[in-house]
Amino acid sequence: MPMDYFEYLRKDKMPHIWCPGCGHGTIVKSILRAIDKLQWKKDDVVVVSGIGCSSRTPGYLDFNTLHTTHGRALAFATGIKVANPKLHVVVVAGDGDSMAIGGNHFIHTCRRNLDITLVVYNNNIYGMTGGQASPTTFKGSRGTTAPYGAIEDPFDVCEMAKAAGASFVARALDLDAVAMDRVIVAAMENKGFSVVDAWSQCTTYFGRQNKWGSASDMMDRYKEMTYNVKAADKLAPEQKAGKFPVGVLHQVQRTEWCEQYDKLIDSLKARD
Amino acid sequence: MSEHAKRVRFLSGNEACSLGALAAGCRFFGGYPISPSSEIAEFLSGHLPKIGGKFIQMEDEIASIGAILGASLAGAKSMTATSGPGLSLMQENLGFGMMAEIPCVVVDVMRGGPSTGNPTGPSQSDVMALRWGTHGDHPVVVVCPASIKEVYYGTIDCFNYAEMMRTPVVLAMDEITAHMREKIEIPAPEELHIEYRKKPAFKPGESYFPYQPGPDLVPVMADYGQGIRYHVTGLNHDKTGFPTGNPEVMEEGNRRLLEKIERNKEKLIKYEEYKTSDADVLVVAYGSTARSAKRAVDDARERGVKAGLFRPVTLYPIPDKALEAAASKAKRVIVPEMNLGQYIMIVERVLGHNVKLSGVNLVNGEPIQPSKILSAIVGE
Repeated sequence: MPMDYFEYLRKDKMPHIWCPGCGHGTIVKSILRAIDKLQWKKDDVVVVSGIGCSSRTPGYLDFNTLHTTHGRALAFATGIKVANPKLHVVVVAGDGDSMAIGGNHFIHTCRRNLDITLVVYNNNIYGMTGGQASPTTFKGSRGTTAPYGAIEDPFDVCEMAKAAGASFVARALDLDAVAMDRVIVAAMENKGFSVVDAWSQCTTYFGRQNKWGSASDMMDRYKEMTYNVKAADKLAPEQKAGKFPVGVLHQVQRTEWCEQYDKLIDSLKARD
Repeated sequence: MSEHAKRVRFLSGNEACSLGALAAGCRFFGGYPISPSSEIAEFLSGHLPKIGGKFIQMEDEIASIGAILGASLAGAKSMTATSGPGLSLMQENLGFGMMAEIPCVVVDVMRGGPSTGNPTGPSQSDVMALRWGTHGDHPVVVVCPASIKEVYYGTIDCFNYAEMMRTPVVLAMDEITAHMREKIEIPAPEELHIEYRKKPAFKPGESYFPYQPGPDLVPVMADYGQGIRYHVTGLNHDKTGFPTGNPEVMEEGNRRLLEKIERNKEKLIKYEEYKTSDADVLVVAYGSTARSAKRAVDDARERGVKAGLFRPVTLYPIPDKALEAAASKAKRVIVPEMNLGQYIMIVERVLGHNVKLSGVNLVNGEPIQPSKILSAIVGE
């Protein structure tokens, strides 16, 4: 039976705030399909966000939902997961939210390896506040605070996550919803901290300022800027230079935080 | 060893606070090391896992308060402990806790400021930061103990107030109270009064409004995972918890946050009066400074000056009626504090300009000596 999205949406909160052409809705649907596929009970799912366009997601979803302060979603999510490890905790954040103001929480949540899935809606811009440059704005790309083009190098969300110790790291593009579904399901199945760098075009602010054209034009760009990690071996170095791999980029077995903590509790009991 | 002897302990304030938290039912601590509060994190990192509670060292103070708010939403009584610089970092999320009405306890062991200031010296310089630190109009409950026994019971009070009012509550100690040691008899659990947040009964199909005020203006609170799915935000929201831009609803919501404390303040206010009934000179002091003040009052009486002490244990909500009554015969009021005049502004507001008001202030990392307060009382 095909899934009914309205089973998971708060219908009365529609219409959503996202602009026509925005990729965020595609990511939300992918998250919902993943939750549906995994048959998670709605009562057991918590969706946490910070501030920004992406962070409006929880309000539309019929789960336990929490819209926190800018950059701090992972800190709140950590408290929820640690206090009640039975809950499935999903965090949604933008590139500014997770890489700039929330950067410290990002790297330490990766290090702790709590069983939380983070989906970064990465549109390389601060959309909610009107198109300012973000930590993932490409060098040379414009934002309202980078009118001559960004002079700084951006963060690579996946490289950051890998370096900081996330046990599952993937990149997915909104233009390929099937691949995104696979990646998000795998991220949620991973017993540990999972990061999905989900690309989503912002036509209103990034697209217009950088003359990248319509949503579909922007998606074409994304396609040109990326390659499938599975094909990486077959590609010559020059074919990959300056491009971003897409797919599951990193997965390792590491003890999950709550499991480690439970072992500690048990060992203290044994000592008594 | 007799039962009594077993329960008598010689504790520091930070230890008494930790034990009080455990007795109050604290089962989650998220914190970041900072002098002079670190012993609380250290103590609880050893004790919480032994009773199945959770301890997590966070990456900074912003994360610490985020984590305890998250844990509270998941149903755990939670706490963090910090000092001035950490308190500054926590202010935004403290406001989130007040706005979203999430109970939790923040311990602030006051050290000298501003900035890094005097990490290991005593101070009472956070008194206004605790009242007005986070932006916007907001409800504040702050308990300020002056003895080890009061730290223990004050911590339990903080948890009780947080659960009763659905709001973050601060235990404000100064470094002296946190680090001095005194004898305390630890009560049996059944001797304690412990409050728990009101939870909605689970009835499928029935609507739950997470911000529908009860008769005491406090809404009942469901745990995440309890079976009632709802939304929490720091945006202005209506009774359903969802954002609103409706001017009437916003006005009502913002006012209710303050009104819920105002209406219940008699349940939250504690104070001590010492020789105030005939006092010509009233000293208003809190925390460890009140101990010096008490000695100064006795010394002044020996010299024939009718002095008295009013000691707010609850700094906020302000014990205004009691303070007014205590000062009713006073010709002069003296407010000693280890800052450059913070709570004196509150006292001035309560007592008006009809009384001669002066401060005794010290910000050099030393406690205020009784002799200094005595000089102010006898007018030397």
